[in-house]
Amino acid sequence: MTAADDDLPAPRGIRQSMASLHTWAGLLLGWILYAMFLTGTVSYFKDELSQWMRPELRRLAQIPDQAVVAQRIADELGKVAAGTSRWSMRLPDARNNSVAAFWLTPTRDAGQRAFGDAYFDPATGRKVASRDTLGGDFFYRFHFQFHYMPVVWGRWLAGAAAMFMLVAIVSGVITHKKIFVDFFTFRWRKGQRSWLDAHNALSVFGLPFHFMITYTGLVTLMALYMPWGERVAFKTPAERQQLAAELSGFIQPGRPSGQKVPLASVADMVRQAQERWGQDNVGRVNAVHPGDAAARVAVTRGEVGRVSLSPQYMEFDGTTGKLLTVRESVGAAAETRGVLYALHLGRFSDLETRWLYFLVSFMGTAMVGTGLVMWTVKRRQKLPDPDHPHFGFRLVERLNIASIAGLSVAMTAFLWANRLLPHALENRADWEIHAFFIVWLLTLLHALLRPAKSAWIEQLWAASALLFLLPVLNTLTTQRPFWHSLSEADWVFVGMDIMCWALALLHAVLAIRTARQRAGGRSRRDIDRRAPNIIASGEVG
Amino acid sequence: MNTLIHRARSTGPLISRIVAALFGGYALAALGSVAVLALPTSKPQAVLIGMLASFAIYAGAVIWVFAVRSALKAWAGLIIVGAPLSLAAWSVA
Repeated sequence: MTAADDDLPAPRGIRQSMASLHTWAGLLLGWILYAMFLTGTVSYFKDELSQWMRPELRRLAQIPDQAVVAQRIADELGKVAAGTSRWSMRLPDARNNSVAAFWLTPTRDAGQRAFGDAYFDPATGRKVASRDTLGGDFFYRFHFQFHYMPVVWGRWLAGAAAMFMLVAIVSGVITHKKIFVDFFTFRWRKGQRSWLDAHNALSVFGLPFHFMITYTGLVTLMALYMPWGERVAFKTPAERQQLAAELSGFIQPGRPSGQKVPLASVADMVRQAQERWGQDNVGRVNAVHPGDAAARVAVTRGEVGRVSLSPQYMEFDGTTGKLLTVRESVGAAAETRGVLYALHLGRFSDLETRWLYFLVSFMGTAMVGTGLVMWTVKRRQKLPDPDHPHFGFRLVERLNIASIAGLSVAMTAFLWANRLLPHALENRADWEIHAFFIVWLLTLLHALLRPAKSAWIEQLWAASALLFLLPVLNTLTTQRPFWHSLSEADWVFVGMDIMCWALALLHAVLAIRTARQRAGGRSRRDIDRRAPNIIASGEVG
Repeated sequence: MNTLIHRARSTGPLISRIVAALFGGYALAALGSVAVLALPTSKPQAVLIGMLASFAIYAGAVIWVFAVRSALKAWAGLIIVGAPLSLAAWSVA
């Protein structure tokens, strides 16, 4: 027992152990976490971002009658996806000016995609004539599955990062003896102390949110991360289906009859759903075996105004249009999962709640960012030779620059690419994404080649300039300049322009403050004087 | 040679804890997610309870592993909690 007892240098209290755990759990996947936090934060406005990235698509001054739109798109899908065994469409709502639909590809040859998808214009029913782009869905997908790697790997990586985050949060709280006092403490312009205070304030203020968002993030993909109970409990596909029905509104297709019968009126089905849930509160229409005698259609409830994503739908016979079942509740555990899922996505939010989500999530991003920077600020003072730091220090320092300042540059470059790439370019949507990664890689090269402080300042200014000029680029390349959007009360485009300027200002302020700072934060004498206190208080680092 | 032994002595327990946290923690969470099937509730609900709770178990296990005084105690704790969970999991498998 004695040999094991002295495995840590000196007898350490739980607070010190937790401080080390907090530091390393936070650092190891910190760069991935930062990227997940920032792309996740902007994804609260994913639909608005998608609208901005498809400027050819007209703004919907008011939501069209969902029943009429559903019928129009169902007819179109009958042609575009003829012979499919299932299709699904998301109806336009207050945040969406197009109909996103996907369908199972009827005859599947090896190498062919299993699903086809397209965006449709609710007014005409035709595929939208818009530039090829993934829109806001790129940041959304990157947030939990990254890119250039199999989807499942990406999701596991995201899960590992979230688990590290959860451990960092819990250990961070245990480390803190004066969590309340520290929240009201801010020591401006005091080098390391200021970073620490900023990190504390950001963490403590948003603590319930950060904890919630991390745990619910794990819940969104829990069936992937923890499949063991499911594997032990269910032996047959029928049993597994019982579970699936608790989680999603996609009805399971039975066998097709092979007998051709046209689909009954989808508009009538959606009308019944509108009567039940409200005029603009229908979410999706999902059909299985459309055009076959065995067809069935599910119309799901919209996501607005209910804090759960548990399936709620009306199921219809697809040939007679008769209502078969209404499903509006699931088991207690499934409902819990539905609420946790919905809390993570925040789709139930009205505009104010959505902004609150965005702001607190932005603070979470800043929490991760300040934590990463603190690792270097704290260690720089203890370096034997501050001009030639060791490899690990340099690595963290450079990765910090590229993953924080560089990500801002790359994300803005993605939006620039959306406006600049020629419409006729083959695989245009992919090239927007390539542009994002190429620019991100360039910021890493830049961070490696330049002195650290210059790299920070230059990249922050680059991000600021790109953000500031994005509305100008938008004016030059689209028919929707700022003054036009303002006079049309087109708040998505107005908001996007203002947001770009606000973020440009933020990056400019950060650049100026970084430039003013002397190397190592404060003067050497100042630090030497302070050092004993820092060590004595045993802070997180 | 002595320094080598010393290094092994000082990093060995740390590596042991890291393994206990990463894999021991996951194993405990997985065991827990199967053990809940013994609860008197319908299977789909029990499966979901297990999934929902598993991340709390995992996080708790990691904190435990680094909070206790020695790597040995860390493993002992995992095994003591894991034993009844294994029994419960074995009863439903």
